Amino acid sequence: MAMAALRREGRRFAAPLISNNPINPFRSSFAPAEEQALLGVRSISTQIVRNRMRSVKNIQKITKAMKMVAASKLRAIQTRAENSRGLWQPFTALLGDTPSVDVKKNVIVTITSDKGLCGGINSTSVKISRGLRKLNSGPDQESKYVILGEKAKAQLVRDSKKHIELIITELQKNPLNYTQVSVLADDILKNVEYDALRIVFNKFQSVVSFLPTTATVLSPEVVEREAESGGKLRELDSYEIEGGETKSEVLQNLTEFQFSCVMFNAVLENACSEQGARMSAMDSSSRNAGDMLDRLTLAYNRTRQASITTELIEIISGASALQG
Amino acid sequence: MLRQAQRFLLSRAAMRWRRPFSTDLAEAPADSKFVDTWKKAVPNIDPPKTPLAFMTPRPPTPSTIPSKLTVNLVLPYDSLLSAKEVDMVIVPATTGQMGVLPGHVATIAELKPGVLSVHEGNEVKKYFLSSGFAFIHANSVADIMAVEATPLDQIDSSLVQKGLTEFTQKLNAASTDVEKAEAQIGVDVHSALNAALAG
Repeated sequence: MAMAALRREGRRFAAPLISNNPINPFRSSFAPAEEQALLGVRSISTQIVRNRMRSVKNIQKITKAMKMVAASKLRAIQTRAENSRGLWQPFTALLGDTPSVDVKKNVIVTITSDKGLCGGINSTSVKISRGLRKLNSGPDQESKYVILGEKAKAQLVRDSKKHIELIITELQKNPLNYTQVSVLADDILKNVEYDALRIVFNKFQSVVSFLPTTATVLSPEVVEREAESGGKLRELDSYEIEGGETKSEVLQNLTEFQFSCVMFNAVLENACSEQGARMSAMDSSSRNAGDMLDRLTLAYNRTRQASITTELIEIISGASALQG
Repeated sequence: MLRQAQRFLLSRAAMRWRRPFSTDLAEAPADSKFVDTWKKAVPNIDPPKTPLAFMTPRPPTPSTIPSKLTVNLVLPYDSLLSAKEVDMVIVPATTGQMGVLPGHVATIAELKPGVLSVHEGNEVKKYFLSSGFAFIHANSVADIMAVEATPLDQIDSSLVQKGLTEFTQKLNAASTDVEKAEAQIGVDVHSALNAALAG
């Protein structure tokens, strides 16, 4: 009880004597520390550290929840993406894959996400689109962009504004389905003149691996030209055409169908990659938050113990001064 | 000492046969011209992959007519049949029902709404297809791509009749070209469904 009285005495003595520089790792919060000191509260910097710990813990909870949400969305969309993979294979088997085709009007369709916090996949897609544009920039060649998704819009509007033909956002407001994508493909085909469409997207290989891919769809005139000139499509002439009045009509329907099928697969794969990338981004973010929390806990304990030690020293020196 | 020599020889033999690493596997066929032009124009970024790298390989054209036809029936949502060996398929091309046997000449066929029948041995499976395309390659592989395909026993005939009358009404009442075209498509599909269910 005497010790308690002495402690109270010590506190009343020491409050105005507190030197305002305890081990404070957060120098920016110096001013509020002073205010609280004047009110006579001992644990000034521990309050600040505690605030910081609380906010980091909340952030950790949020990122963990976002990871779970992304994992469940990935599960839902992954089966659909894998089922749609058989759709573009017959077209590639028939028409081959010609990314190095030389045409006048290139249209680059960049598929990205609307929401952020999904790692670097959107930047990769935009870099590849810019690279494709550079590749196809000859004397009489021109390349235009068709943008799907807010993230590519934000990046490409800055430096290529006059080369953008069409911007489409809010693709995933309703669950992705073939009807929606075919209407979209129809829109693009009607409004944009093209010789070759190059679709840039991230192919979903596994939860941690996304490969940037580009699929090329040629217009019917270019297909005929390549078939006649004996390029990659020279075998196309050996195919008989059934249905429709002319070969060019059938080829036109074929290329339109090919575009909508390839777009459907590309959009699904990109959505899967987005969820997978978000999962890994949020996972590393929660881990970082955990590390930060550990460091803050150590700092908190150190400052708490230091202030207790200071208090004890003051009491004891006060007591010994009274005695001696 | 002899045993040690034996063990030594065995380990040497084992080391000569190395389990193949993933880097030893053959590189997937890539379009080398594209990769080269990319590397020249954009040296700092890796070139993107192309669909050719992800294709499942197709069988080469055989010299004699094979005995079975390989069929792939793909929809946007699923592959109903993938690399299935059958005897014959009958596809509903716009020019009429077309039968495809192994060794059929390479064809690109546009499809109209109708019945696809797959014959294998004694069993016949029938699907109703919305329109699409069918490719028959020289190596007796048939790819059929449609937007929807349902087995015939899952179609309700009363709903078909209702749809048919509804769309015929719409066709008569249609004023603009677009409405007429839409109603005409509805009538075509429903009458094809009717015919499919009947015969």
